[in-house]
Amino acid sequence: MSAMLPSAGFFDDWLILFEQVSPYGLADIGIGISIGVSVLGAAWGIFTTGSSLVGAAIKAPRIRSKNLISVIFCEAVAIYGVIIAIILSTKMATPEAFPQNAAECNTLEALRTSWPRLPGDGSKCQGSLYMKNLLFAAYAIFNAGICVGFSNLFCGICVGITGSGCALADAQNASLFVKILIIEIFGSALGLFGVIVGIIMSSAAAIK
Amino acid sequence: MELLTFNKDDGFTEAVVRGYRSGILDAASYSNLGQCDSLEDMRMHLQVTDYGTFLQNEPSPLQTMTISEKCTEKLVDEFNYVRCNASSELAKFMDYITYGYMIDNVVLLLTGTLHERDTSELLEKCHPLGKFQSLATLAITTNAKDAYRLVLVDTPLAPYAQMHFNDAHDFTELNIEVIRNTLYKAYLEDFYSYCQSLGGSTAEVMGEILRFEADRRAINITINSLDTELTKEGRAELYCNFGDLYPEGIARLERAENHDAVRAAVEPYPQYRQLFQEATYSQEKSLEDCFFEYEVKLNKLSFEQQFQYGVFYSYLKLKEQEVRNIVWIAECISQDQKARISQYIPIW
Repeated sequence: MSAMLPSAGFFDDWLILFEQVSPYGLADIGIGISIGVSVLGAAWGIFTTGSSLVGAAIKAPRIRSKNLISVIFCEAVAIYGVIIAIILSTKMATPEAFPQNAAECNTLEALRTSWPRLPGDGSKCQGSLYMKNLLFAAYAIFNAGICVGFSNLFCGICVGITGSGCALADAQNASLFVKILIIEIFGSALGLFGVIVGIIMSSAAAIK
Repeated sequence: MELLTFNKDDGFTEAVVRGYRSGILDAASYSNLGQCDSLEDMRMHLQVTDYGTFLQNEPSPLQTMTISEKCTEKLVDEFNYVRCNASSELAKFMDYITYGYMIDNVVLLLTGTLHERDTSELLEKCHPLGKFQSLATLAITTNAKDAYRLVLVDTPLAPYAQMHFNDAHDFTELNIEVIRNTLYKAYLEDFYSYCQSLGGSTAEVMGEILRFEADRRAINITINSLDTELTKEGRAELYCNFGDLYPEGIARLERAENHDAVRAAVEPYPQYRQLFQEATYSQEKSLEDCFFEYEVKLNKLSFEQQFQYGVFYSYLKLKEQEVRNIVWIAECISQDQKARISQYIPIW
């Protein structure tokens, strides 16, 4: 691939992909991942727990309300994703007019220092501090979304599998319920770690 | 990976089977049953267990046969319920379990016909899990070739029978027994390779159970064929090509000429050495009982792992053992042999 493309250093690095995406787009993808992947994790957990719970409740109907708590733990994972998605999207505002002191970038030199351009107006480029802020915010939101999304995905799977075991164990021996519930609580704390880190990562970010 | 995807297809059925498992009688129920004075008492005690009112409509006096039939019927109902809810892979697995009963039924019918028993009476005795439509037709076949051509070719047993059913001689006691064992060998090998192809904990759990099954058959075949007209070459063909004994232990079993040689052949395998020792020192237990006990132990262990198919097989086997236990207790009560009542094999 590199043999066919100009090798001025521009196309050599696949990270250029991120630079080509508009910062707004990048941030929005992050928000999408944060909620979408979290919901995937929650759904996965719920069907793992739910199918076992339904089966086990046939012979031991007493477990059915108690073990809804496992389903709720999985559901919480989706709620984490929603919360973070809301927090992240409040960090994004509609773009205002370009800053007045922005460098004119008709020359190749100016283009290089202030790449990428904002969408919409190709001829106007931004001052480099403004651009750095914007890029920082976009990357912070994007990566916070990935952090939250995937930690919630694995948290949901973990809670789901534990919850399925919990339903089966409770059906056999009621005294096991609380013990396994504690394991589930530890499992669901994992998602919270991702949420906390995600909030910290994105706390300084603001897209104006 | 099965942690992630098992419940998608089989979470419900697994949980149902585990629910059934909790209905297996525990030590307290057994001691209650052991104290019964009559079969009517047993009916009352069974009513408070998972069996419920299954004997309610049976007229007094109760027969041991009725109890056994009704217990099996309940077991088969449960099995069929799970089978109906099973997804493709599990359904195939459960079908494999029933093939073993089909083989038993085929052999039962052939032996019965050889002894000129009534066909309808034989059909009643067949295990309900192994019944298939053309089973009754077997009664009119007189040799293996016909049996294959007319009946077995349309059943799932066809691939197992294919290689060995080209003998046009009339059935005799011996060759029916050989037929049973060749069919069973082919079946076990096929089942084993299917379980291994499923991979994961299913392969692990079922592997252990089926390897034991193969070894048990090998040892039993050897012991039962001592001093019979079955040649050593004929015997060698009946051993499965897997199992803990395979290949060294099997090679030694092939050469064994008396009971001591069999014992020496399994000596290097700690689990079997222990079973043989137990059978020698114990007054009450035969080697067969020791094998059953070991099988119960393995089947109990399969419930220790979640997300695998072993529980479906183990549940059926444990429940069968329970039916045998109940029948044993019922027989002891009805024949007034209270002293021997405790010789059943406890499950939990």
